[in-house]
Amino acid sequence: MTSLALSAQPSRRSRLTTWGSEQLDLIVTPILALALATLLATVWFYSDFDETTSRILEPSELARQAYQQLYLAFFSTLLVIVVAVPVGILVTRENFPSVKDGLVTVLGLGQAIPAYGLIVLFFVWLGSGALTVIVALATFALLPVLRNTIVGLEQVDRSVIEAGKGMGMTGFKRLTKVELPLAVPVIVAGIRTAVVINVGMAALAFLIGGGGLGETINAGLKLNRPSAIFVGAALVALIALAFDFAGGLAQRYLRPKGV
Amino acid sequence: MTSKGPEVSEPLIRLEHVTKQYHGVKEPAVRDLSMDVQPGEILVLVGPSGCGKSTTLRLINRMIEPTSGHIYYEGEDVTKVDPNALRRRIGYVIQQVGLFPHRTIAENVATVPKLLRWPKKRIKERVDELLELVSMDPSIYRDRYPNELSGGQAQRVGVARALGADPDVLLMDEPFGAIDPITRDRLQNEFLRLQSELRKTIVFVTHDIDEAVKMGDRIAILREGSEIAQLERPEVILTEPADEFVENFLGSGAVLKTLTLRRVRDIELAPMVTLRKPVHRGQALQAMSDAGVGTAVLLDDQEHPLRWIDERALNSSERAIESAGRPITVQVQPEDTLQDALSAMLTTSSGMAVVVDARGKYLGGCTIESLASLLLTAGNGSSSS
Repeated sequence: MTSLALSAQPSRRSRLTTWGSEQLDLIVTPILALALATLLATVWFYSDFDETTSRILEPSELARQAYQQLYLAFFSTLLVIVVAVPVGILVTRENFPSVKDGLVTVLGLGQAIPAYGLIVLFFVWLGSGALTVIVALATFALLPVLRNTIVGLEQVDRSVIEAGKGMGMTGFKRLTKVELPLAVPVIVAGIRTAVVINVGMAALAFLIGGGGLGETINAGLKLNRPSAIFVGAALVALIALAFDFAGGLAQRYLRPKGV
Repeated sequence: MTSKGPEVSEPLIRLEHVTKQYHGVKEPAVRDLSMDVQPGEILVLVGPSGCGKSTTLRLINRMIEPTSGHIYYEGEDVTKVDPNALRRRIGYVIQQVGLFPHRTIAENVATVPKLLRWPKKRIKERVDELLELVSMDPSIYRDRYPNELSGGQAQRVGVARALGADPDVLLMDEPFGAIDPITRDRLQNEFLRLQSELRKTIVFVTHDIDEAVKMGDRIAILREGSEIAQLERPEVILTEPADEFVENFLGSGAVLKTLTLRRVRDIELAPMVTLRKPVHRGQALQAMSDAGVGTAVLLDDQEHPLRWIDERALNSSERAIESAGRPITVQVQPEDTLQDALSAMLTTSSGMAVVVDARGKYLGGCTIESLASLLLTAGNGSSSS
């Protein structure tokens, strides 16, 4: 019993150290969010808003915009995952033509287009509304998820895949039981990046009638009301931090044991 | 001596005129190779790096498809069966082990049985049985992850995993190549012990001729293009290399390597002068001068060798003869290799080793002269070819 406990110790220690860096990650985000929320509450409760500012910061309006912001970020990220992960899997299959480097380069160039321009381009194509915004955001955030899916799958030790194949695992079994579980931490990291990009970019949705907290920020800019701009921007940032935190949790709990 | 041993049977694996040509490479990796693997034998493929030995191995379980030729497994053309079904019937061990890092040791070992949809209870029993077999206590290691294992332990699990569904054939691609020499030696010995129970058919790839000699029932020495330079039992290869290539590949120590193949029981034991208590000085000296030797062995009542007694000890020692001379610390048994006997001899200044049976009873002696004459005949054999 004693020897068992002793020999189990190194592993426990190594798990602690990997948790250490992740815990830091999971602590810093809430601290930042808390500081920002405190600042926001201070501004909200202790500022004398004039009539225009009060109208811009009508709570029910803010709630609607925040909900839209969440909605846009969530569904655009979902679209990114649904597109980028399967494409990433496809281009890393051994008998698939080697197009992945070209694909990543092209998407990299695409990312050089300003998000503003991208939203307008999609507006010209698809018209106004939330759907257009979701497609535009998904296009913009495609690269980090695709790249991380490719990298995540390619960093899986070749000998592990080779062993699986040598034991008669089918290509599908190797993918679902070996490659994907081992690539999950990297893929989730990409999704986390994408979701934060999407929350930020959703602030531009108002440009084509997609709603979101961009409306508040825009009104504040137009009417020169700095406190309104701050409240809008701070809410966007809080939503982004919340998604980032959720991503951090996912990274921690989806990481396979033993890795 | 012919290449076939006494028990010739239907080959389990047969390669017929197999060629593997890669795109954009001028020389084929494997050129027109034909080879049989007999059931229950360890066939070692050995050769310099890049000679195609690994490619040859991987052709058998269709990790690589041949360009032309046929490979038969149990009389069945492997290119006509589902490769995944085929691989589940053939154990495969690679140098990098390739354990699944996100699965426990038990889950790793259970891989093939699970693919074959064995019932849960049977899988669990099989896993414990296999872990016991490779000397890994299931109660300790079952639920651990591969990152908690040393290299040697990982390869034990690798072997257990390859034996998962009790395949008739094991393909081993430099399985002990990445393991430190001491652990490698232990794993080789354990594996040979395992094989003496399991009698699997094994194709074993290595670049290390010493490992080949130790592990192989037969050795195929391959040159460029996986061409067989010689396929023979190790003692034949060592004493009668087919050509200069084989001779060079064996290196200068080939004759010495034969020592690891021969057992002490294979040579004639030299009679030694034995003394029993109570020792009479005069008689002892007389017996030694009659035999023309300078050293005698003192035995106890149960015939266990105790001490080396030489003339000087008999002549000059004022102490009791029972405590004269030097104690015998190293003994060899008939099952030991001649290499063991040689190292035992080198620890005594007399150039002799005492041979005892399993219960430690004196059988006879082994002298450096008897080894030398054996090596000389072996040496003549090699230079005459």
